[in-house]
Amino acid sequence: MKIFGSSDSTAQDSAAAQRPKLTRRSSSLAQLIKTLDSEETLCILDLGSTSPANIRYCTERGHKIYSDDLLISSTDPSLVSKDEAGKPTLDSKRFLEENLVYPGAEFDIVLCWNLPDYLDESLVKPVVGRLWSLLKPGGMLLAFFHTQEAGPDAPCYRYHIVGGDVLEMTHIARGDGKKGAPPSKFRLQRVFNNRNIENLFRDFASIKFFLARDNIREVLVVR
Amino acid sequence: METPKTAEFAHIGKSVIIKGELSGSEDLYVDGQVEGSIELSGNRLIIGPHGQVRASVNAKGVIVQGKLDGNIRASERAELTKSAIAVGDIVTQRIAIEEGAFFKGKVDIQKDTTQKDNAQKDASKTEGAKPAPAASASAVAGSAAGAATVAMKAIPNDGK
Repeated sequence: MKIFGSSDSTAQDSAAAQRPKLTRRSSSLAQLIKTLDSEETLCILDLGSTSPANIRYCTERGHKIYSDDLLISSTDPSLVSKDEAGKPTLDSKRFLEENLVYPGAEFDIVLCWNLPDYLDESLVKPVVGRLWSLLKPGGMLLAFFHTQEAGPDAPCYRYHIVGGDVLEMTHIARGDGKKGAPPSKFRLQRVFNNRNIENLFRDFASIKFFLARDNIREVLVVR
Repeated sequence: METPKTAEFAHIGKSVIIKGELSGSEDLYVDGQVEGSIELSGNRLIIGPHGQVRASVNAKGVIVQGKLDGNIRASERAELTKSAIAVGDIVTQRIAIEEGAFFKGKVDIQKDTTQKDNAQKDASKTEGAKPAPAASASAVAGSAAGAATVAMKAIPNDGK
């Protein structure tokens, strides 16, 4: 009987653990923290890599938190098929059938981090649409977007909430999620400009931009 | 994170495969494969580093070092070590997740009602006839143990 796919994650774990942690200040997080600290029993969805710090921060304040590493889920090889021209494409319909499904749950806060920049093109709009339907009216979504100046080698990070406006960041790679593949870089898929971002979130009630010094545009969206 | 000594645990070894309902009244260490459900109310369960469990789990304390696909209900404490791969919801009073663990699911921290009731009784005694404050006991919250080239494409301005 084979219950799980086999993988030897020890080397990957140690490689991931050895990567340095960086810190950055985040104005959008500061706004979100006010809500997290002042309200009780919120329902939060964290779409970044598993972060013990984020789970601790939220549960210590009495909130429920869902952790779902959507970027890792999107790299499932079984989602890839070939179109008529033989070009590999991701089955976005199947992806949404298998992911972002939380029966009975509605979220007050969704933490997207830098997911949209690294997610396959075919998944970005459907995922944002699904997130809209998962958020409560008035619920907030936090996302980070690289600016053009970030350059093509912009690393993909996992974000940990430290508190206040401080985030700790750890570089993440493919393979950290224990799917059996050796670690490799996640590729920055595109750069969104302000108008792209506004279009992406056009169904939401409001959008607020925060330009950071490290070539990141932070966005806080309210449904 | 300190892992309890497993010498007195009932063991399911690496080569053992179990399908069905597993229940008992002693601590259990699973390093093999289990598919179904595990019911150990009042006792502890450890899923060892080679353990592969596809089951709903109900125990006093649950430690996952291997792979678990199923919901955890731990009346006291749930712990995911750095080698853990856990998919499912966790309902418990306290949780510890080590850096490096993979977790997909919900964490729901249930307050310790027994502790709360006792605190309320104590408060009633000390305050005489005064009614006990509704939330005088500090609820146990979650705790996580800490150590816990790109081709770019510009999107045209006409929107996505």
